[in-house]
Amino acid sequence: MVKKEYLDLYYQMVVIRRLEERAAELYQQGKIGGFLHLYIGQEAVSTGIISVRRPEDRVITAYRDHGVAINCGVSAKEVMAELLGKATGCSKGKGGSMHLADVTKNFWGGHAIVGAHLPIAAGLALGDVYQNQKAVTICMFGDGATNIGFFHEALNLSKVWNLPVLWVCENNKYGMGTAVERASAVPEIALKADAYGMKRDQVDGMDVMKVRQVAARMIEEIRAGGGPQFLEVFTYRFRGHSMGDPERYRTPDEVRKWQQDDPIGIYHNYLLEHNIATEDELQKTIREAEEEVEEAVRFAEASPEPAPEDLFKHVYVSETC
Amino acid sequence: MARLTMREAISQALWEEMERDPKVFIMGEEVGVWGGTYAVTRGFYDHFGPERVRDTPISEAAIVGAAIGAALVGLRPVAEIMTINFAFVAMDHIVNQAAKLHYMFGGQMVLPLVIRTVGGGGRQLGATHSQTPDAVFAHFPGLKVVAPGTPADAKGLLKAAIRCDDPVLFIEHATLYQLRGEVPEGDYTVPIGRSKVQREGRDVTIVTYSKMLDISLKAAEELAREDIEVEVVDLRTLRPLDMEPVLESVKKTNRAVVVEEGWKSYGVGAEVAARIYEEAFDYLDAPVKRVAQVEVPLPYNRTLEQLALPQVKDVVQAVKEVL
Ligand SMILES: Cc1ncc(C[n+]2csc(CCOP(=O)(O)OP(=O)(O)O)c2C)c(N)n1
Ligand SMILES: [Mg+2]
Repeated sequence: MVKKEYLDLYYQMVVIRRLEERAAELYQQGKIGGFLHLYIGQEAVSTGIISVRRPEDRVITAYRDHGVAINCGVSAKEVMAELLGKATGCSKGKGGSMHLADVTKNFWGGHAIVGAHLPIAAGLALGDVYQNQKAVTICMFGDGATNIGFFHEALNLSKVWNLPVLWVCENNKYGMGTAVERASAVPEIALKADAYGMKRDQVDGMDVMKVRQVAARMIEEIRAGGGPQFLEVFTYRFRGHSMGDPERYRTPDEVRKWQQDDPIGIYHNYLLEHNIATEDELQKTIREAEEEVEEAVRFAEASPEPAPEDLFKHVYVSETC
Repeated sequence: MARLTMREAISQALWEEMERDPKVFIMGEEVGVWGGTYAVTRGFYDHFGPERVRDTPISEAAIVGAAIGAALVGLRPVAEIMTINFAFVAMDHIVNQAAKLHYMFGGQMVLPLVIRTVGGGGRQLGATHSQTPDAVFAHFPGLKVVAPGTPADAKGLLKAAIRCDDPVLFIEHATLYQLRGEVPEGDYTVPIGRSKVQREGRDVTIVTYSKMLDISLKAAEELAREDIEVEVVDLRTLRPLDMEPVLESVKKTNRAVVVEEGWKSYGVGAEVAARIYEEAFDYLDAPVKRVAQVEVPLPYNRTLEQLALPQVKDVVQAVKEVL
C-alpha cells in the first residue's frame, strides 16, 4: 500500500462519519424522512473490505448502506441527494436511505427486508460463474439477519453450487433491541458457517487494517475457485438502530466503552504510530472530507425534486413486451 | 367513555385480554424489551414477564408457524409481525397453514390465533415498507381479516379476535396510532364480520375502512359544506365481508364510491363494487367509482408518495363524479 491509499481509507471513513452526522441533523430538520440507519461506529468494516475488491467484484448490503455506498465510489453528493429524496440521488429520490444503489459501481443496493438480499447475492455470483467471470460477490448483513430462513437457504445454495461469495456478517451485538444471545441459538455467529461446510474467519471490525487483511485473503481464495467463505466482523453501532430509538436495551456505559474503540481514532493512531502520516496531514484530510460533505449538502439542497410524472417511470422497462 | 388514541385502545385490549386469560401471550420482534416498535406493548414485558411477552429472532415464518402450533394445543397466541410487508416472509404459514388446517383436517384442528400487524404508507419508508396488501390476505378463505379505523373498534375487534377460535389477521395502520376517539369503558367486544355506518347521509354511499375511513370522513365534512350528504360505511372486517349495511345504504343513496389505500387492481374496491353490481344493480343511478393508490410501488420522495396515495380531495372529486 502506498501512502495515498492509506490516506484514502482515512478520507473515506471521515466522509462517512461526517455525512451521517449531517444526515442526522437534516433528519431533525425534517429534510430527510422515513428511516435513517446510521453506520457510525462501523465504518472500518465496509471501508476495509471494499478497499480490496476489484471493480468487477460486486457488493450488496442491507439498509445500513450509506458507508457501503461511499466505499463503492458513489459520490457523497448522490448519497445526500438520495437521502433528501431529490431527482439527482443515486436512486432518483425513489429509494431513500435504505435503498441506495449504483450498478455502474457494482454496488447492488441497500435492501430493507432483513435477509432478502442474501439469496440475491448468490444469484449475482451464479451469474458471474455462468458467464465465466472471475468476480467475487461481497454480501454484507447484520447479526440479526442470520436468524431468518433466507440466510440459511442462501448459504446452503452458495456452497452446493460453489459460488464465489464472501458472506460478511457485521455483528454489532444487536438486531434492533435484541441482543445476539437472545436471538441466536449459536451466539458465536461464525459457527453457523460450519453447518454449510464453509470456510470461516472472524475479525475485529474496529480496526480497518485487520479487516482489510482478512478480507483480501478470503476474496482471493474465493476468486481462485475455493467456493464461498464466511467472515464474522465484530463491531458496534454507536447510534440507535434508526432515528428515535429509545435504546432501552443497552446502557450508556456500554456505548461509551465501545466509543473508546472508535474505528477512525484507532486508524488515526495507526497512521501516526507507523509514521505513515503526520497529524497535520490527517487534519488536512479531515478538512477535505468535511468540505466534500458540505458540498454534497449544498448540492442536495439545491437539487430539484423529481417531477410528478416520474411517479410512473420505471414501473416496467416496457409496458408492451 | 374515554378519549383514547388508537395506540392506547389497542394496548388496553391486549392488556385486558392477557389479564383475563393466562393462555393469551404475545410473541414477535421487539415486543418485549423495546416495548413494541409502535410502542403498543410498552410496559408489558415488565408486567407480564418474558414468558408471556416473547421477543423473537427475526424469523417471521417461525413466528407465525410457532404461533399456529401453540394455538393448536390450546394457547391463544397474539403473534406480532412488525409490519405487513414482512408477512410475505411468513406467507406460507399464514395462507397455506393457518387458513387451511381447520378445514383440511375436517374440523379437528382449531387454531385460536391472532396475527397483529401494521400496514399502510405515508411515512416515506419506500416501496418495500409501505404497502397495503390487505386484499391479498382477504383472498384466502379460512383466514379472517380485520382492519379497524377507530380506536373503539380497534379495542373491541382485537378483543373479539383474541377470543375467536379462528385465525385472525389484525391489520393496524401505521399512521393511525395517534388518532383519538371515544372508547367505551370496561369490557366489550365488537363482532368480527360486521360492517358499520360511521356517518349517515342521503346522497352518496362511501364504502371504506382503516385509514381511509378517516380520509373519507374528512371528505364527508367538506362535502357537507356544499350540501352533499355522504353516508360512510366502514367495512371493519374484509373477510368475512358484511355487505348488508353497504347494500342497504346503496339502495337509499343509489350511488357508491369505494375508497381504499391499496392498489385498485384486484383490490377491495373491485370486490365491493362487483358485489354491489351483483346485488343492487337496479338501484344504481351511476357506475360505482373507486378511489385507490396509484399503481406504482410507493416512492420515498414525500411529494411523489403523497401523489400516489388517496387524498381527501380525490374522495371529494369521486363523490362529485357519481352525483
Ligand atoms: C423480514 C424483516 N423483518 C423485520 C424487519 C424489521 N427490521 C429492520 S432492521 C431489523 C434488525 C436487523 O438487525 P441486524 O441484522 O443485526 O442488522 P443491524 O440493524 O444491526 O445492522 C429489523 C428487525 C425487516 N426489515 N425485515
Ligand atoms: Mg445487528
